[in-house]
Amino acid sequence: MEFLSNLVNGISLGSVYAVIALGYTMVYGIARMLNFAHGDIIMVGGYICFIVMTSLGLPSIVGILAAVVVCTILGITIERVAYKPLRSAPSLAVLITAIGVSYLLQNLALLIWGSDPKSFTSVVSMEPLRLFDGSLVITGETIVTIVVSAIIMAALTLFVNRTKVGHAMLAVSEDKGAAQLMGINVNATISLTFAIGSALAAVAGVLLCSAQPSLLPTTGAMPGIKAFVAAVFGGIGSIPGAMIGGVLLGIIEILSKYYISSQISDAIVFAVLIVVLLVRPAGILGKQIREKV
Amino acid sequence: MGTMLSVRDLHVSYGAIKAIKGISFDVNEGEIVTLIGANGAGKTTTLHAISRLLHAESGEIEFCGHSLTHMEAYKIIKLGLTQVPEGRRVFANLTVQQNLEMGAYTRTDGPDAIAADYEMVFERLPRLKERRRQTAGTLSGGEQQMLAIGRALMCRPKMLLLDEPSMGLSPLLVQEIFHIIQDINKDGVTVLLVEQNAKKALEIANRAYVLETGTIAMSGNAQELANDPKVRAAYLGG
Ligand SMILES: Nc1ncnc2c1ncn2[C@@H]1O[C@H](COP(=O)(O)OP(=O)(O)O)[C@@H](O)[C@H]1O
Ligand SMILES: [Mg+2]
Repeated sequence: MEFLSNLVNGISLGSVYAVIALGYTMVYGIARMLNFAHGDIIMVGGYICFIVMTSLGLPSIVGILAAVVVCTILGITIERVAYKPLRSAPSLAVLITAIGVSYLLQNLALLIWGSDPKSFTSVVSMEPLRLFDGSLVITGETIVTIVVSAIIMAALTLFVNRTKVGHAMLAVSEDKGAAQLMGINVNATISLTFAIGSALAAVAGVLLCSAQPSLLPTTGAMPGIKAFVAAVFGGIGSIPGAMIGGVLLGIIEILSKYYISSQISDAIVFAVLIVVLLVRPAGILGKQIREKV
Repeated sequence: MGTMLSVRDLHVSYGAIKAIKGISFDVNEGEIVTLIGANGAGKTTTLHAISRLLHAESGEIEFCGHSLTHMEAYKIIKLGLTQVPEGRRVFANLTVQQNLEMGAYTRTDGPDAIAADYEMVFERLPRLKERRRQTAGTLSGGEQQMLAIGRALMCRPKMLLLDEPSMGLSPLLVQEIFHIIQDINKDGVTVLLVEQNAKKALEIANRAYVLETGTIAMSGNAQELANDPKVRAAYLGG
């Protein structure tokens, strides 16, 4: 029973990682860059939702929507201002810029909201689910997180695989030049990708803060790194890879925390990543690079 | 037959390397014009400059009365000009059908008209039809070339730029591809064909330009050029 409970918690945490990892992997696929500021969008989403709900006293749904809108605009703006001018710069310059943006967001949050943790009010009002005569208790947050994440993943998969705009995104991720010959606006596609990724990060932020209510300017950093690991784990650039990688990572983290050691669970997560990459350098679903004649 | 594409004094550089050093040429409506030249002569660079995938240093490019000189690359297809790029560059992870859909990306004349053109492409390129649900990466080189041509046709172009469509294909397939190009031209699409396979290209073209290290060395009627001793020695193996 205890194992089942851990498994459910792992899936829940992992599905948030998956939602965040989608942002990493899509931006990598389309813009060929690692957006290390992605994790901090999560934190901004958390704060926006917190302000709307706690300071303004508005309903949680308004808080969630505000977080999504602000993060979407923020994501598009960051791309336009910080990354777009570097479109043809060496990737190291882009990487350093992304790390800079990450610190900028954290320090701005520190300036605006201070260093005291804010106690986030959960957006979930659902009663815990008691199964097997109460021997297995699953919190409302856990259930909502899994359900919302599953819906997001399904919707995104349908969007990318079944719509013309989704196909255009895949086309841009494969060959920007050929995509332009087809009349696809690459800059608009990159903006759309950042918008989607940031909106997902906002939702992930609200879900994470609902499960772990202490909100700090550094709240997004660790989940951001874990989600990045999840994206690499699943095969960076691959959408189903990010989903599988995220969920697996969450499960590994919770199980190792419980059964091995809560102190070194993060180290175990990274060790697993290293092993996977030794066996499959491109990740679980990543394309092994090969040329076709 | 008016001038459809005109290129005037085009210069293109890669950093310090001058790849195109002031070339001018025209393509008239209804023609097949070929631009031949050895590997590295600057053929692809020229087509990329026309499609605005590369930004020219100087010069004027005009298509159907519109200046392309400062146009964004993705807007050019709407004028009725598209390119079948060197190395096919089909979207390997998309299916054949989805690749064709991308060719029709900018069309606004409704799903029925587009569906009719899928059939038109499948009729012209029957090998694609049975593979329509396969990803493009699983196709053979010849099939990928056909898909690249079919994808370009999906925008209902006035003019096609073709960059070495015969590259890496067996003689039989080259024959087939060149027939397809002729058919497309007969149906009213103007063609600018870039080729290293000068013999084949001169056979089907009306006019030709010979590109040598970034400048146009010769130009004229394709048949006459095919009989020119200098062209024969340099490009047709004597
Ligand atoms: N990306 C590039 N960077 C630097 N030089 C290039 C690049 N692409 C092509 N060149 C050079 O420009 C010249 C023309 O190349 P290209 O247009 O590809 O020739 P072709 O298509 O006729 O074989 C060649 O000398 C080639 O080495
Ligand atoms: Mg070439």
